[in-house]
Amino acid sequence: MSETEPTTTDAPEPSRRPGRERGRDDGKFGRYGGQYVPEALMPAIEELTDAYDRYVLGNEDGFMDEFRERLADFGGRPTPLQRAERLSERYDREVYLKREDLLHGGAHKLNNALGQVLLAKYMGKERIVAETGAGQHGTATAMAAAHLDMPCEIYMGERDINRQRPNVFRMKLNGAEVNPVTAGRGTLKEAISETMRDWATTVENTHYVIGSVVGPHPFPVMVRDFQAVISEEARAQSIEKTGELPTDVVACAGGGSNTMGSFAGFVDDESVALHAIEAGGSTLEVDEEAGVAPNSASLFAGEEGVLHGARTKLLQDSHGQIMESHSVSSGLDYAGVGPELAYLVDEGRVTPVAVDDDAALEGFHRLSNTEGIIPALETAHAFGYLEEHAEDLGERVVVTVSGRGDKDLESVIEETDKRDIEGAPDMSMFTGGI
Amino acid sequence: MADRTPGTGNSEAIAAAFADGPAYVPYLAVGDPDYESSLAYVEALDRGGADVIELGLPFSEPIAEGPTIQGAVVRSLEGGMTPDRFFAFVEELDVDAPLVCMTYYNLIYQYGGSEARSASETSGDAASSDGPRAFVEKAAEVGLEGFVVPDLPAEEADPLREACDEFGLDLVFIVAPTTKGERLERIMSRVSGYVYVQARLGTTGAKSDVADSTTESLDRLREYDVPKAVGFGISTGEHAERIVAGGADGIIVGSALVDIVADGVEEDLSTEAVADRLESLSRELKAGAERGYAARTGAAESR
Repeated sequence: MSETEPTTTDAPEPSRRPGRERGRDDGKFGRYGGQYVPEALMPAIEELTDAYDRYVLGNEDGFMDEFRERLADFGGRPTPLQRAERLSERYDREVYLKREDLLHGGAHKLNNALGQVLLAKYMGKERIVAETGAGQHGTATAMAAAHLDMPCEIYMGERDINRQRPNVFRMKLNGAEVNPVTAGRGTLKEAISETMRDWATTVENTHYVIGSVVGPHPFPVMVRDFQAVISEEARAQSIEKTGELPTDVVACAGGGSNTMGSFAGFVDDESVALHAIEAGGSTLEVDEEAGVAPNSASLFAGEEGVLHGARTKLLQDSHGQIMESHSVSSGLDYAGVGPELAYLVDEGRVTPVAVDDDAALEGFHRLSNTEGIIPALETAHAFGYLEEHAEDLGERVVVTVSGRGDKDLESVIEETDKRDIEGAPDMSMFTGGI
Repeated sequence: MADRTPGTGNSEAIAAAFADGPAYVPYLAVGDPDYESSLAYVEALDRGGADVIELGLPFSEPIAEGPTIQGAVVRSLEGGMTPDRFFAFVEELDVDAPLVCMTYYNLIYQYGGSEARSASETSGDAASSDGPRAFVEKAAEVGLEGFVVPDLPAEEADPLREACDEFGLDLVFIVAPTTKGERLERIMSRVSGYVYVQARLGTTGAKSDVADSTTESLDRLREYDVPKAVGFGISTGEHAERIVAGGADGIIVGSALVDIVADGVEEDLSTEAVADRLESLSRELKAGAERGYAARTGAAESR
C-alpha cells in the first residue's frame, strides 16, 4: 500500500483509520504486522480472528460486558490516576501516575490475560498455554486461568526462572504448570518460540495467550484492545481531575503491551505527545560477533525484519539472525516490539527513547523513597526518563506505573550493591538473598 | 498474483526427480556440526539415492522445528554458518540431486542488507520483491532449484514467488492436516515444484508411527497436479513404504537423519562413520519408498 497519504478520501486506507481502530481489519500497520507463521497454525489464527471480530469487536453473547465486569470485580478496575506530589514539585510540572501496579496481580498484564482466557472459554477451548519473561504475564495468565477454571501451562526461560523465583511460585500456587525453556539464552524470545511449538501441536483444543502486542494478527490488535482500558480510563480521569487532556504520556516499552495500552486512547488526540521508554541496557553498542545487543531498544535501535509471526523492528545482526537482548528488567528483555509501535514511531506519532540500566535503577529508588511506590524495574525506566528529560515535556504528564516492584527486590539488591545511587539504602547486608 | 497453471514448475530437475517413481527427499542442516563434515554428509545422502535434497540454512528462531532440528541449528550457528557460507557450501557440493533451500523468511528478507530493503522502502510498497530478490538471485547463481520457507504463509509470499519466477526457481509450500478449503486453494495456486504434506500437527521430529491424517491430506490434494511429498515423522523404510503405498509421490525425511549427525557428535564418531550411516538409512528409506510404489502401481494395474 502507498505510504503517501491522500489528503482527502472517502474511505481511509486501512492503516490510516483513526488510531484506535488501526489494524483491526487486516493486521497491517503500514509495512508492519502480518501473519508469518507455520501453516499448521493458520487455521487456529483464522479461528481466533473470527472470535476477535465477533466477541471483542461485536460483543457477541455479551463477551465485552462480562470482560469489563470481571476486570472490575476480580481485577479491581478502575485503577486510580494519582497526582505525584513530590515528583510534580521536583520537575515543576504536574505529574500524574496511572496506577496499574494496583491492578490485581500487581501489573497491567491481567487486562490482557483475563481478556484472552475468557475469549478462549467463549471459543470452547479447553487448555491455555502462555510464555512469560519476567513472570508477570505468566502469573496474570495463571490467575485468570484459575479464576475461569482452565488448565494452564506456562513456558519460561530457565534464566528467567532463576531471576524471578517468587513469580514461578505464584504461578504454581494458582495451579499452573511451569515448563522451563533451555534453548538459547533461556529468556522471553526462546519462551515465545517454544509456546508457538506447543500450540502448533495442540491448536485444536488450546489457546495461546500471548503476553504482548506482538505475534501474528490478530494478537497485536487484540492485546492492544484489551489493554486500551488503561488509556481509556486515564483520558477520562485526566479530564475529570484537570479539565484537560495531558500534554504527555510516558510508558515503558518492551514488547509494547503497556505502551500500546497507555497510548491507544490518546493516539487520535494530536495534542498529546507519546513517549515510549525502552531499555537501553548497559549500552546501545552491539556485539555483532557474539550476537548480543546489550539492550532491548528495538524501536530506537532496531531494524525491520520478521520475528514470531510479524514484520516489525528487531535487534538482529547483518545476516538477519536475532540478537540476544539484555536489560536489568527481564520484562523488557525482548529483541522485537509490537508492529503497531514500529509503525507509530516511523510516522512520528510516538517518540522512542532508550534509558539505561543505571538510570532505571535510580528511577526505581527515587519513586520508592519520594512517593512511597515501589515500581517494577520495567516501570522504573519511565522514571529514569522523567529525570533526564522532564524539561522537554509539557505541563501535565501522565506516567503509567505498569507494575509494582516486589518481584524485582532480589535483582534490585544485587544491582544496587554494584552502584552508588543517591537516596538508595545500603543493600550490602541483604546481598545473597532475602 | 495470477494463479499458476497446475503442473508448471520452474525447475526441470525437480520435475524430473518426481517424474518416474517415488522421490526420496532428505533434509540436513548445512554446517551441522561443521562445514567440512556437512559436505561429506550431504554427499552421502546423494549416494544413498536422494532425488531432491533439502538444505537447511539455520535461523536463530526456528519456530517450526522440534528439538532434533533445533539442536542441529544451534550446532551449525555455533560453527559460524551464515547465508554467504551457505551459498559457498552449495557451490562446493558435488551431488546429482537438485537442491532446495529450507530457511526462515527473515534471512531471505535481510539478504543484500539495508540497500535491498531501502529500495522497497522508497518504492513505498511493503510487498516489493526487492528484499527477497537479492537472496533468490544469489541462490540461482549457486545452483539452488527451490525454497521451502516454513514461516511464510501464502498470503505474504508474493514477493518471493515473483523472485522465484524471475530466476526460474520453485517455491514449495507446506500443507498441514488442518489446511482445507480456501486456504488450500490459496496455497495450491502459488506452489511449484512439489507440495510438502505435513503428516501430523506440531513441529518436526522422528516418530515411531506415522499419522492417519496423511491419507486424508493426500485425498484432499488428489485433484491438484503437483507432486505430493509427505514429511514430519518418517524415520524407517517401513514408514516410507506405507506412505508411498498410500499415494504419496515422495517422502521427506529430516529428523531421523539429523539424529544420526547428533549421535556422531555425541559418540565422537568419524565423519566417514556418520556418512556411512546416513547413506545406509538413505538406501533403506529409498528402498521402502520403491516397495510402496510397486505395491501401489501393481495394485492399480491388476484392477
